[in-house]
Formats: sequence, structure tokens, C-alpha cells
Amino acid sequence: MQIKRFNMKEFLMNYALYLIMLLIVIVIACISPKFISLRVIRDILTQSSTRILVALGCMFIIVSGSADLSGGRVVGLAAVVSGSLAQQATYSNRFWPQFGELPVIVPILASVLVGLLVGVCNGYAVAKLKVPAFLATLGMQMIAYGVNCLYFNKAPNNSQPLGGYKESFGNLGTGAIAGIPILVIIALSICLVVWVVQTRTCLGREIFATGGNPNAARVSGINVFKILMITYMIAGALYGFAGCLEAARTGSATSSYGLSYELDAIASCIVGGCSAGGGIGTVPGVIAGVLIFNVINYGLTFIGLSSYWQFVVKGLIIIIAVAIDVRKYAGKN
Amino acid sequence: METGKYVLEMRHISKSFPGVKALDDVSLTIKAGTVHALMGENGAGKSTLMKCAFGLYQPDEGEISIEGKTVALPNPKAAMVEGVSMIHQELNPILTRNVMENIWVGRVPYKKIAGVHWADDKKMYEDTKNLFADLGIDIDPKESVSRLSVSHCQLLEIVRAVSYGAKVIIMDEPTSSLTESESELLFAIIKKLTAQGVAIIYISHKIEEVLDITDEVTVLRDGQLVGSWPTRELDMDSIVSKMVGREMTNRFPELTHTPGEIFLEVSHLTSANPHSFVDVSFTLRRGEILGVGGLVGAQRTELMESIFGLRPIASGTIYIDGQEVKIKNPRQAIAHKIALLTEERRATGIVPMLSVGENIVLANQTANHARYTGGKGLLNYASRNEDAQRYVDSLSIKTPGLKTQIQYLSGGNQQKALLGRWMLLEPDILIMDEPTRGIDVGAKYEIYCLMEEMVQKGKCVIMISSEMPELMGMSDRVMVMCEGHLSGILTREETSDERIMYLASTYEKGERSNTNANKEI
Repeated sequence: MQIKRFNMKEFLMNYALYLIMLLIVIVIACISPKFISLRVIRDILTQSSTRILVALGCMFIIVSGSADLSGGRVVGLAAVVSGSLAQQATYSNRFWPQFGELPVIVPILASVLVGLLVGVCNGYAVAKLKVPAFLATLGMQMIAYGVNCLYFNKAPNNSQPLGGYKESFGNLGTGAIAGIPILVIIALSICLVVWVVQTRTCLGREIFATGGNPNAARVSGINVFKILMITYMIAGALYGFAGCLEAARTGSATSSYGLSYELDAIASCIVGGCSAGGGIGTVPGVIAGVLIFNVINYGLTFIGLSSYWQFVVKGLIIIIAVAIDVRKYAGKN
Repeated sequence: METGKYVLEMRHISKSFPGVKALDDVSLTIKAGTVHALMGENGAGKSTLMKCAFGLYQPDEGEISIEGKTVALPNPKAAMVEGVSMIHQELNPILTRNVMENIWVGRVPYKKIAGVHWADDKKMYEDTKNLFADLGIDIDPKESVSRLSVSHCQLLEIVRAVSYGAKVIIMDEPTSSLTESESELLFAIIKKLTAQGVAIIYISHKIEEVLDITDEVTVLRDGQLVGSWPTRELDMDSIVSKMVGREMTNRFPELTHTPGEIFLEVSHLTSANPHSFVDVSFTLRRGEILGVGGLVGAQRTELMESIFGLRPIASGTIYIDGQEVKIKNPRQAIAHKIALLTEERRATGIVPMLSVGENIVLANQTANHARYTGGKGLLNYASRNEDAQRYVDSLSIKTPGLKTQIQYLSGGNQQKALLGRWMLLEPDILIMDEPTRGIDVGAKYEIYCLMEEMVQKGKCVIMISSEMPELMGMSDRVMVMCEGHLSGILTREETSDERIMYLASTYEKGERSNTNANKEI
């Protein structure tokens, strides 16, 4: 007894956020027609790039049914670590005067390793020590920030903002190939890889099953501990890499980098259709979630609205998104 | 209140959900002071109809009247005020409060002193005591609910319904988690309630029970009304055929297999949990169905979950095909070709938001990566879908498609999909824990056929069951447990209701001291 008919309510629920985004873009474009330009689109995409990496990391965690509050501070830590290893030999305020100029791969690898390390700690605390994910990762958030400040304050740097990056490192964040920012290319390639891992590998499917019902996953022979460790490590690596790119993009780094990125990332995931209960989430959804927030950010600044308003609008969007989500699923049960 | 007057009338009720018409012009009339059974296969619309009566759903069409007066039931609160109460399958008492507070929650009697409403514990205690006395229930109103058994919690819900002045009480599978004696107590209370003029709507899959205690039976099928009859005009076969819409001559398939040599041997297995099973030894032959009987608390589930590596073992050994095996987690069990269809379909079976196909391949995908990746690392969806579709077809799982989220399937179809998950692993030993609980007759028969098919191929099946007919109808031997002890193993010839019940309620205490003596050696 199947009845298929167009349901306006269902349509609105499924696409409400995209409609809202469209509406905002239209309103902004009406106020300031220059908003619809290639330059603006490029700016928004560049700004979204590092955010997308953090959000993808977060997506893995949320899909696996867990939570992670450490992301933002890991971005900060990785930004400072990679920045400190990417300075020109001729720069006067070098973080490590005793080292020569290091190949660009060193800061990149260092940032990813830092992220991985935090991921291992998170995963172990959550999956082995059974510390509730919110608390374990809150702890790691503080530890990452503390370690970052200690490192950043090391003599001779003494908490001075980093700068003087080598050209090859700076290019990661500001260069372009055929007019397309390198950052955007990197972000898109990583999106593609994550999408493949998520949908086309056993690991990806096992992460969904673990998040959807950990007990059923265990009974079906899935090593839930391993899955959680891996998701936290992937997430950590993504945060770390995002930190490195953030340093390259801004040409600087301080210990306050990455503040509250994790909350933006969680919000983007939820707005992008990930279920806070685990087991549901897609890469295109998360990309859309990140873009919605960045379009709003950029757009509201573009028409000269106070940045304080951005918080109000972002907060509203999160609440609306979850309210719709709850209805979407509750209605069918 | 005189019997014969309609207390609840539901006329021409229709209700649709996105994509599904759950109820199609269904009418139901309930006389005061009677027990009215509502029967049908899973997905027939029983729960939807009752949720309309209880104000949880709003019907798209049709009207509901109570004692002749048309009513609107926008929510459960309104339904309760109008006199309709529902005892759910899953009970949700507030565990941290005591019995009387659970009954009066939301409307605690109070005294007004100095403008402040003070809870009147004394009145609440007296009122509760009187309600209990009326129904012959022996529970201290001040007892903490966390200390009550499931059956007592259920009685609590019933008393709560009565305290609202319920005229109709809907009971959804009330005996599914009760022991026999607890069920008897429930039936006694149902009698008292009907004598007071309360009508009971009784949803159950247990036909014997329905024939015993109900006055009328209404059968639904695929969201439509099949009909209503006085119970005395019906028997087991006629109810079954009305539910499935065809003649069901056999409830069990004909068993033609013959067990072979010993395949699994469990020797002196003792749980790491001191309150669980102790010193259990049994064997299982190739091509044998071993039934496992016992009452609630017999530790049957714990035993099987331990064999499957879900729970730790203190001592004892397991041999498969003569080889000693150590199984510490489900992965190792699966590697040894053991499968476990767990008792709790929702808690440990389905991954609700994933698709039917995804749920079916779940275990095999983890155990045999290469089957779906061709060794290349990336999944080949075609081979996954092919495997899933094969079991959707062979188990006749009713689903709109492989991509439908499994949570939208009926219980029986979910169960069949889970069975498919394990069959895909081609296990040598399939352990099924209450495989037919809460599923309809048609699906039950199909599951029985599948068991027979497995043992025909020389595989082994262990079936934990609390249903006597099933234990006797399907098992080559029945192993009975009592309070963590193996109290006896009956061959097919020896098996009878009485023997199983006897063994389920007692075990030779002497055996236990023997065990301890053995351990010291």
C-alpha cells in the first residue's frame, strides 16, 4: 500500500536550510548587488576551506556516535607548531634560531602528527577508559591549549605572533593554480578522499554501524574500540592539517588560533544533516553546512552589518536546523 | 455498569503515514466489562489503531466516541481524562520514586497551608492502599519502584489507569515478558477489572491466551478490518487463518532431518558473573536443533552470549569439531562460524537508521572484507546489493527496497533481515535467542522452515525459547535451565509441557556440590 505524492511539508523540511541560505543570498544581493561576483565566491570558498577540514573531522566523530570538543584548540596548536617550523632562514624573530630552513613537508607532517597524537589520546580516553566523550575531549581541549601556550611562550619567542614564512609554505594558503586557490583545491581533494572512505570502504560503513548502534555493531563482529580509535585519529589528523593551512592562509599564528572552531564545525555538521545521535551524515551535507555559515558570515559583513548580528543569525540557524531535524525523524516513528 | 453497552466506538478510522496507508476504514466497537482481543500480524495496524484511541496519533478520517459521545483525543492526557488508558509493551516507570508517587505523578493530592500546596503523602498513601486492596495487589505503596519486578511495574501502570477512572484499558502484549505465574496474576486482575465494568483491549500474539481470557476477537490484516467475532466461535486454526488470510494447517514445518556426530561440546562452563550460570555441560550434533527452555532468570541468554564471546567466562572449555576453542569476543566467535541472533532486536540487533541492505551485509562485510572489495580496498556495491537482495528474496522480507531504513520495517521483517545477516556468514552453529518473540504467525513459520533448512545442510541450531509449543515442535532435544544450572536435557520422545516446566522450576541441588568437588581436583 504505497502512496507516492508530492508532499509540500516534506519538501520544505528537507530543503529548508538551502531555502534559507538562498533567501539570505537574495536579500544580501538586493542590498549590495556586488555580492554576486567571482571575487566574493572565491573569498568565501577560501575561508571555508580550513573550516571544511575541521568539520569533516567532526563528521567522522559525530557519525561514529561520539563527540569532540578538542578540534579548535588542536587547530591552534597545529598552527603554531607548523608555523614555528616554516620560517625563512633570514627572518629575524625565528622561533627555532638554531635550525636552518626546513623543507615545507616538515611543518605539514608535524601538524598532522600533533593532531594524530591528540586523536590517539581522545580515542583511548573515550573507547578504553570509557570517559564520556564530551568530558574527555573537553579535557584534551584544555590540555592542547595549555601545551600550545607553553610552546608559544618558549624563549626567544615569548608569545610573539609568528611570521616570516617561507614562500612555499605561504603559497599553500594564498597561492592559486589557474585562478583557483590552492587551499580550495586541497579542501576539495580531501573532501573527495573522505567521501570515498566514508561510502566506499568497509571502514566507512563500520563507522556508520558503530554510530548507529554500538551494541549491534559489536555483536556483528565489529571491533568498536578500533573504530573509535581510528575515527578520533582521522579527525585529529584533519584538525592538525587544518591548523597548518590556517597558519599558511593568514601568514601568522598565535596560541589563540582556532578558538571555538570545534563549535562551528559541530554546528556545520548538524546543520548539514548529521544526526547528533550518530549513524547519519554525508560529506556533501557537511560541505553545505560549512558554506551556509560562511556565506552568512561573509555576506553580513559585506553589507556592513555588525559582526555581533552574525552570532544571532548563526544561533538561530542551528536551532531551526535541529528543530526541523527532530521533526523529520520523529514524524516517521 | 451493564455489559453490552458500547464503551468505546471507533468508526471508519483511516490513517496514513508518508508512503504507507497504515489504517484503511477500520471500525472497532468495545463493550463495557469485556476483554476484547485485537489480533493481526506485525504491521497489520494494531498499534496504529490503539495509538489513535490513546490520542498519540490523530486519525485522518473517522470518529471516536466514548459511551456514545463523540470525543476529540488530541493527546494521551485527554484520552486518560475521557477514560482510555494504555499499558505499553515497554514500561517507563520513574525508577527513583516510590510506588505511590508513580501512580499519582502529575496530580499528587495536596493540602493548602499558608497559600502553599503541600503534597499530602498520607492521603496519597491511603488512596493507593485502597486501589491495591480493590484489585488484590500486594505491594507496599512506599516501596521504591527500582526494586519491583517487571510484572509489578505493569500492575502499577494498570492501577494508575484505574486511578484515572479508566473505562477502557489497552494492554499491548502484556505477558510478553512475564512468567507463567505472573501472567496468572495479571489474568486475575483483568477479571476483577471487567467485573467492575472496565473494558480491556488486549493485544497479543499468544493465541492460547486470547482463547482463554477474551470475550471477543477483532482481527486486522494489512491495515484493514478482517472482522470481529465472539471468542467462543473461534479456535486456534481459525484465528491463524484469519490473520494470515490463508489456511494454515501446520504451525511447524515437518522435520525430516537426522542429527549426525557431535560438533559442539561445552564442558563445565561457568560464568565470570557469580550470579549467572554455573557448570553447564552439553553437546550439540551436526544437523540438530537444540531447544533451550527455562523461566526468566534461568541464565539461558547469558550462557549463549558467553559462548558467543559477549560475556566473560570464569572456567570451562568449548570444543568445536573436537578442537578446543577460546572465544573472547564476537569477532572470534564469528571466525569460528558461530552466529548469534540476539534476543533484543532493537538493542543489539538492528542499526535503525541504516538501510535494510546495509543491515544485512553488516556482519559478513566485517568478517569477509574481501568478499565485497575484491581485494582492492574499495567496496563493490553491486556484490553487496546482490547478497542482500538474495536474502530479501529467499526470506521474503517485506520492504519497499534495499535502501529503506530498517527501522520502518515491521518487527517480523526486521527479525528476518537480521537472520539474513547471520545466514550470509554461512555459520556452522546458529544460536537464536527467542527468535520468534513478538513476530506474527506467518513470519514464525518461515523462520522455522529456515531452521529446518539449516539442519538439513548439516549445520547446528540452538534455539532459546519461552514458548512451549515452539520448543516441543521444533527441537530434537530440549535442554532446560533453572537459576543458572542445567537441570536436564530431554529427548524428543521425553519432551512434554510438564517435564519442561518441572525441570525449569527445579534442579538437583546435589549436582552443585559435585561441581564444587570437581573444581577442587
